[in-house]
Amino acid sequence: MSATTAPAVPATHTAIRTPFGEFWRRFRTKRVALVSLGVIVVLVLAAALAPWIAPYDQATPDYDALLEGPSWVHWAGTDTYGRDIFSRMIWGGQVSLTVGFLSVVLGCVVGVALGIISGFFGGWLDGLLMRIMDVMLAFPGILPAIAVVALLGPGIVNVIYAIALSAVPVFARLVRGTTLALKQTLYVQASRSIGVSRTKLMFVHILPGTMPAVIVYASLRMGTSILTAAALSFIGLGAQPPSPEWGAMLSDGRSYLGVADHVTIFPGMAILITVLAFNLLGDGLRDALDQKLRT
Amino acid sequence: MLEYVFRRLAGTVPVLLAVSLFVFAFVHLLPGDPARMVAGPEASLEQVERTRAELWLDQPIWSQYVRYLDQMAHFELGRSIKTHEPVSKLIGERFMPTLWLTVWSMVWAVVAGIGLGVLSGVRRGGWEDRAAMIFAISGISFPSFWLGLMMIDLFSVRLGWLPTGGYGSWQHFVMPAFTLGSAVAAVMARFTRSAFVEVAAEDYVRTARSKGVTERAVIWTHTVRNALIPVITLTGLQFGFLLGGAIVVETVFAWPGLGRLLIDSVSFRDYPVIQAEILLFALEFVLINLMVDLLYGLVNPEIRLK
Repeated sequence: MSATTAPAVPATHTAIRTPFGEFWRRFRTKRVALVSLGVIVVLVLAAALAPWIAPYDQATPDYDALLEGPSWVHWAGTDTYGRDIFSRMIWGGQVSLTVGFLSVVLGCVVGVALGIISGFFGGWLDGLLMRIMDVMLAFPGILPAIAVVALLGPGIVNVIYAIALSAVPVFARLVRGTTLALKQTLYVQASRSIGVSRTKLMFVHILPGTMPAVIVYASLRMGTSILTAAALSFIGLGAQPPSPEWGAMLSDGRSYLGVADHVTIFPGMAILITVLAFNLLGDGLRDALDQKLRT
Repeated sequence: MLEYVFRRLAGTVPVLLAVSLFVFAFVHLLPGDPARMVAGPEASLEQVERTRAELWLDQPIWSQYVRYLDQMAHFELGRSIKTHEPVSKLIGERFMPTLWLTVWSMVWAVVAGIGLGVLSGVRRGGWEDRAAMIFAISGISFPSFWLGLMMIDLFSVRLGWLPTGGYGSWQHFVMPAFTLGSAVAAVMARFTRSAFVEVAAEDYVRTARSKGVTERAVIWTHTVRNALIPVITLTGLQFGFLLGGAIVVETVFAWPGLGRLLIDSVSFRDYPVIQAEILLFALEFVLINLMVDLLYGLVNPEIRLK
């Protein structure tokens, strides 16, 4: 890096670069990621302020305005019950973002804990935990989520558990790898030699080191989770009507293709924009945080 | 090589056993009485007891599991609660449509993904690179069910070029395979690009170029061939994604495959079918990974020795 080339005149004072400062210096040059972050902030605010900013009540039918196309009165048109689709999309953001966030946090916490324990202790425990993760990864794509929903029944809370469960092995493997590397570093060895307890070693000394990769994956995982939740609702196993969940709304529009396309188009765009924003943010974070993953 | 094959085969056994254990436990994890579940809500007490004996649910759990493994080995998967047909028959009917759907999706994904990946690697930094990478990042963010519906809207409802759904002629395959394969194409494009860029920086590529090898030969013989080795692994892993994705895409296009059978079974709580399907999906995925590993060992001798 160019920072290592010594300046001609010795600096009178050198700014101390914190890891966060270093990260921010790199991250703020990523225009696409910054825009994505802005989009996410807007989406979160819109969802949080839904009761105040939604132009109509999302649940009130209007039988004089069934399946109306987009207009100045109804920006995204109305659905089969004459409900305002734009307002429902704003409310639906609450559902999708909450499901995405909770499932990622849940999966991440469990996965990170298992990964650190596995990497730190090694031996038979590591072998056992990693084989269990292998088995979980043997169920491809959306299948583990469907299996959990089949067990617990359809509904949005079970969808959160289902998606969290499929995120666990991804985080566990990732963190195990980093833990193995960090265990060998000088500062961890030094802490160990002065008698720092194992719990403290794991969660105070090693955990922060695993965070960059975890943050990157969490952002990318948000996109996947929101997509999976929408897909489950679309096939009827997730949020149930009349919930304004985007996937469920889109599913309602299927019967009106060619007649009232807007019922399908707008919720789909909401999903696409949200998922795209999280994926692009994840990409930018990866470039700024994780040197090794750069290409 | 033979030793490597055996080692990999042996490594698969515990995973398969664990998967079977999970699927076996499935019916026991359900709230309520499994015998009642299988017999159905209208069954009399006597019928429930008969079902319990039929399914060996009155036997010790380990003996149930051994019997279950034995049945699986003979493709005895029980009967559907909904239609009373043997599950093996239901799955047999639905197997080929899903297989063909995943195969054609993969063909599209490999052609588009590797093509775009190499293109953007060669034209790194150019507009082709940017366009391909925009396609790649949108591809993984697109809800497949939405893409499918938009295509039905345009090509079936408005233009009338392609059937809205169902199974049969090649026209039926176009939209479902495109929808299912596009996300994988996107992943493969990104991966191929980074593998290409990495290999392009190798010394032997520079040597080839400096000794006057034509640019075409440098790209195709020296760079692409080596860059494709890791792509093989990715292709295998993405087959799993396709199997999972097929569940959603089949719903959009009314495809008579395993995915729709699974959704219908979940809605109907048809547990014998659900169990068999989950086992089948996991089994396919594990076997595909095994094949990929073996193929990889064949291409890259280093792996065999580890």
